[in-house]
Amino acid sequence: MPTQVNYAALDGLHTFPRLLFHHAQVRPAAPAMREKNLGIWQTWTWADVAERVRALACGLASLGFKRGDNLAIIGDNRPHLYMMMSAAQCLGGVPVPLYQDAVAAEMLFVLQDAGIRFAIVEDQEQVDKLLEIKDQLPTLEHIVYDDPRGMRHYNQPFLHDVHELMEMGRIHDRNHPDFLNAEVEQGHFDDVSVMLYTSGTTGKPKGVCQTHAAFIAAAQGGAQVDKLGADGDILSYLPMAWVGDHLFSFAQSLVCGFTINCPESADTVMTDLREIGPTYYFAPPRVFESLLTSVQIRMEDAGPIKQKLYHHFMQVAKRCGADILDGKPVSGADRFQYWLGSLMIYGPLRNVLGMSRIKVAYTAGAAIGPELFKFYRSIGINLKQLYGQTETCAYVCLQPDGQVKSDTVGAPAPGVEIKIADNGEVLVKGAMLLKEYYQRPDATAESINADGYFLTGDAGFLDEDGHLKIIDRAKDVGKLSNGAMFAPNYIENKLKFYPFVKEAVCFGHDRDMVTAFINIDIGAVGNWAERRNIAYAGYTDLAGKAQVLELIKTCIEEVNAGLAHDAMVADSQVHRFLVLHKELDPDDDELTRTRKVRRNFIAEKYKVLIDALYAGKPNQYIETEVKFEDGRRGKVSADLTIVDAKTFPVAKKAA
Amino acid sequence: MSRKIGDVILDLQNISLRFGGVKALTDISFNIREHEVRAIIGPNGAGKSSMLNVINGVYHPQDGKIFYRGAERKKMEPHMAASTGIARTFQNIALFKGMSVLDNIMTGRTLKMKSNMFLQGLWLGPARNEELAHRRKVEEIIDFLEIQHIRKTPVGRLPYGLQKRVDLGRALAMEPQILLLDEPMAGMNVEEKQDMCRFILDVNDQFGTTIVLIEHDMGVVMDISDRVVVLDYGKKIGDGLPDEVRSNPEVIRAYLGAGH
Repeated sequence: MPTQVNYAALDGLHTFPRLLFHHAQVRPAAPAMREKNLGIWQTWTWADVAERVRALACGLASLGFKRGDNLAIIGDNRPHLYMMMSAAQCLGGVPVPLYQDAVAAEMLFVLQDAGIRFAIVEDQEQVDKLLEIKDQLPTLEHIVYDDPRGMRHYNQPFLHDVHELMEMGRIHDRNHPDFLNAEVEQGHFDDVSVMLYTSGTTGKPKGVCQTHAAFIAAAQGGAQVDKLGADGDILSYLPMAWVGDHLFSFAQSLVCGFTINCPESADTVMTDLREIGPTYYFAPPRVFESLLTSVQIRMEDAGPIKQKLYHHFMQVAKRCGADILDGKPVSGADRFQYWLGSLMIYGPLRNVLGMSRIKVAYTAGAAIGPELFKFYRSIGINLKQLYGQTETCAYVCLQPDGQVKSDTVGAPAPGVEIKIADNGEVLVKGAMLLKEYYQRPDATAESINADGYFLTGDAGFLDEDGHLKIIDRAKDVGKLSNGAMFAPNYIENKLKFYPFVKEAVCFGHDRDMVTAFINIDIGAVGNWAERRNIAYAGYTDLAGKAQVLELIKTCIEEVNAGLAHDAMVADSQVHRFLVLHKELDPDDDELTRTRKVRRNFIAEKYKVLIDALYAGKPNQYIETEVKFEDGRRGKVSADLTIVDAKTFPVAKKAA
Repeated sequence: MSRKIGDVILDLQNISLRFGGVKALTDISFNIREHEVRAIIGPNGAGKSSMLNVINGVYHPQDGKIFYRGAERKKMEPHMAASTGIARTFQNIALFKGMSVLDNIMTGRTLKMKSNMFLQGLWLGPARNEELAHRRKVEEIIDFLEIQHIRKTPVGRLPYGLQKRVDLGRALAMEPQILLLDEPMAGMNVEEKQDMCRFILDVNDQFGTTIVLIEHDMGVVMDISDRVVVLDYGKKIGDGLPDEVRSNPEVIRAYLGAGH
C-alpha cells in the first residue's frame, strides 16, 4: 500500500468537499455546472452548488445518513446527482454510482454488495427499477428522485423529491449551523471518496474503493500535464459510474474549477456538444469512430465539388496536419495549403463536430485505430490517448503535447511508476492506486503484489522513448498452434477502423488459423446499400446479402495485407469469417456496459459457428435468443454464409 | 389511481348524420365524463371518424342534440370547437412538413396569442414577452413527449411514429379540456404503441384532460380506456366498461362474424 502522508495538502484542500467550498469562496459567481432544461441552458455558480450541496448533505443527515454509509447514484449525468456525490462526501459517506441503463436484476448485485441504505435516482424509470427489487434489498431505506415527472401517485413514505430533501436540509442547517462544517472538517484525505464498480468483464463486479487523495492526485497530475485552468468547459455525458467521467467531470472539475455541462438527454448529446463547444473533451474511441463514420457518410452524399475539396484537403491534412499540431518543421507550401484547408474544410468540420474550442481531447477505454486517431489530429484537434483503469483512477499514462504517437498510450504520468513483468504484464504504482476492493481482501491481495505494484492485466512494453504500448489483455494474448503470437484485440481494432465494421471478434488461440465474427455498421452499410439499390429489410437481412459479404471481404483482405508486413503478427491473418445475424448487445451479455466484447461468452454462445468456421463448412444455420429493451424475449435465426478471405505471404519472416 | 372521473362534460343525444341518402350515424346517444378515457371502436366504416367530426363541429348532424358542460350546443364551426377547449389529432397526419417540430407545436398556441399581428411581426414589447411565454409552454410539451432531440428537425424528415407524437404535441399546445385522438396508434410498432399509450395516460393523469380516442388495436383499447362505446354500421351496439363490452355478444358478432 502506498504511503499517502505527503498528500495532506498544505492549504488543507485534500478532500473534495473542502475543494468545493474553497471554489465557492474564491470564485462564487463563476459557473460550476450547466444543464439544458426546457431548451435553455441553466447555470449554477459555485456559490449555488455549494449552497445546494450543503442543503442536500444536511437533508441526508436528517434522514439518518451517517459516516461510512454508501449512497447509490443512478441516472444520466444531472447536476443534482453530481451534487449528491459531494453531499455524501461531506458527511463522510461514499457515493456509489451505477450504470443507469442496467436492468434492475443487474443492479441488484451491486446494491446488495455495497449494503446500500440510501439511493438517489434520476427519474421514475429508475425508481421503478428499485421498487422492483426492493424485496431483495433489506438494507434500502430511502430513495430520493430528481425528476418528479410521473411520480404523483407514488406515495411510499421512503420516496423523497430532491427539492423536499433540500428543504429538510435547509431547516436542519438553520437549527444546527455548525453541524456540516464539523462534518467536513472530519473528512480525511485517506477516506474513501467514491466506490466504482468494475464492469465485470471478468466475474462478478468488484467495488473499487478510491480515496480523496488518490483521485485528487490523479486529477492534479492530469491538470498539470495539460495546463488545465478554471476557465474550461467539459460536456459530461458518459456514464457517471465510469471512472473516466468521475475523473474528468467530478474530480478534475473540483480540482481545477472548470464548468461541467450536462446534456439535455442522451439523444441530444451531439447538438449539445455543438452548443457548448467544450474546451476539454473525453470520449471512448467508439464515439470518435461513429463521428467519423457520420462525416464520411455525409461526405459521400455531398456534391462533386464539395467532395473534391474535401478529399484534396484531407490529403493535405494527412501529409502535414499532425506535424503542424506537434510543432514539427513543415514546408512553407504545405503550411499555406493547410491554412487554406483550415479556412474551407477543417474549420467548418471542427465546428460541425462541436470541437472548435477544444484545447485537449482524450480517448481511452479501448485501443483507437491509428488512422482514426490521425484523422482528428490532422484536422487540428489535439486528440490524445491516455491509459488507466478503474483501479488507478484512469491515470497511468498520458500523451504529453508534442510527443503523441498513435500506437502508444504515452509516457507515465507524473507520480506514476511503471514496470513490465516477465510475462509482459504492465505493473503500476503511485498515489492513484485503489485503497482496496470493497469487502474483498482476497481480490485486493491478488491484484497488488508485495512491492505495492498493481497488476493491470494488460500486456504491453515500453518503447525506445519510454512510451507504453499496450498489445492486448494479458489473458487474451494467445498462441496459434504453430506457436506464433495471437493478439485478437489488435486485429479486431484494425478491422473496426473500417466504417462498415462495427464490431469484430477474432478467434485463433490453439488453432491453426485465425477466424472472425463481424458485425456490420447498419448506418454505413445501409447507406452504401441504398446507393447501390440493394433493398433490405433489417439488420439480419442486410448482413446476409452476398454484396455485403463481398464488401466485408475486401476490408478483411486489406487488413490481411497490412498484417503480412509485420512479422510479429503476420500469422494472424484472418482466413475465414462470417457476418453475424444480430448485433452484439450488452442486453444479451455479449458486450459489457462499456461496450467491450466479452470474448469467452461469445465463444461459448456461438460455438456452432466457430466449429463451422474451423470445419471448413460453407454455411451454418443458427437460432439465437434476444432480449428486447422492454425485457421481452424473441428469437432471430439465419443461415450464415462463411467466406474465405485471401491471405498474403509473410513479407519477411522474423529471424 | 387518484384521478377522479367527474360529471358528464359532453352529452350526445340521438345523433343522426346523413350524407344525402347515406346514413353515417343513426340515433346514437352516449356521453363523455370529465377526466375519463373514452374509446370509440367499431369495424371499418362504422362511423367512428364521423362521430369525432360531429363532436368537434366539422359535421353537423341533422337530428339530435349535443350538450357541452350542461348547455345545448348550437351549430358550431371547427375553429369554435378549438376555442371551447376541444383539440384533436388526425388519422392521416396533418402537420406542416417543412416546418420544424418546434414551429409545428407553436402553431397549436395560435388561439392563445393575444397581441396583434403587427407587433408580432416586429417582435416588439408585449408580443415578444408573449412569445417567450408560449415558447416555454411548448418546451414543456417537448420535454413531456421526450422529443428534445428533434426540436429543430423538419417534420417531413421524421419517421411516422415521431410525427404522430408531434401531432399529439400540437394538440396539447392548445391545453385542451377534451382531446380527440383519431387512431393515434395506427401503423406503429409495438414499442411506439407502448410509448404512445404511456403519453396518453400521462396526459390524462397529469393534466386531467378528457380523452376520446378511436383505435383498432383491441389490446390498447381494453388496457387504457375507462369506458368503450361500440359502433357498427352507424349504430351503437355496445357501451360500457371494457370488460362488459368484450363479453357483449353483439360486439363479438360485429367483430368476428355471425358464426361465433
